[in-house]
Amino acid sequence: MCIIRKTAHEFSYGFPMHCNGIEYKNMKLREIQDILDASLIIGEAHLDREVHTCGASDLMSDILARLAEDCVFLTGLTTVHAVRTAAISGVGAVVFVRNKIPPEDVIAMAKEEEIPLFTSPYSMFVSCGRLHAKGLTGLNGDR
Amino acid sequence: MPDILFEKSFQINKKDFVHAGEASISAKNLLKSLQMDAGMIRRASICAYEGEMNVVMHGGEGHLALAIEKNRIILEISDNGPGIADTEMAMKKGFSTASDKFRELGFGAGMGLPNMKKNADEFELSSRLGEGTRVRMAFFTDAAV
Repeated sequence: MCIIRKTAHEFSYGFPMHCNGIEYKNMKLREIQDILDASLIIGEAHLDREVHTCGASDLMSDILARLAEDCVFLTGLTTVHAVRTAAISGVGAVVFVRNKIPPEDVIAMAKEEEIPLFTSPYSMFVSCGRLHAKGLTGLNGDR
Repeated sequence: MPDILFEKSFQINKKDFVHAGEASISAKNLLKSLQMDAGMIRRASICAYEGEMNVVMHGGEGHLALAIEKNRIILEISDNGPGIADTEMAMKKGFSTASDKFRELGFGAGMGLPNMKKNADEFELSSRLGEGTRVRMAFFTDAAV
């Protein structure tokens, strides 16, 4: 049993850590793209950006209520509010699950806010599982 | 009284779900351009956004006002909407009177006001039925989240 609780901010100084044989590390967006078999919608210039944690929700309040800075944000919601929430929270990238692609105005907003967007063929559950298996933690550092 | 370096007010329009959040994005960009403390900007932006969404959903016409001092941000969100019948209940996590339309957008979970209180260093909610609601918050540079 191994419980590690740290804030996202602390993580940026604490990696890599080890627990049950899994190395926790910051992850580059290009690694996440690979793990999720995701297609890049916009943000090629930011593929080397590192994220510390992962938040997955269709409820924007869940992201706003937690330390979502520099996280990868998985959602099935493709509205402008998903990207506005990401911009306000300082999210590092957004992945839309189940092959969802947002409308043009949402993509334009993400471009303006410099938030890379991806779309993954996997469900929310499988996407989370794939990232978790590779060592990514939740927003509060839980495993 | 500390010197106010900058003041700015943004309009919030009732039930305008498409543009809901734009005032907060503008406020965040303004704070960034003034090179305020990053943590303080993040907390203030989240509160502005939560408050703006509340006004769009529940309030009438409203305003988001920023007053920026050297080490402090004062954020006031006010509207001339119906007011809050029970402010004590409104502050409870999970209590919500949001419509289905608002929930479809990923809001209305009853987390807005509690999250604003959590992120602000000072928080004051005042509301009068039939007149409107005002939330005044202050953020300090050195405050821990």
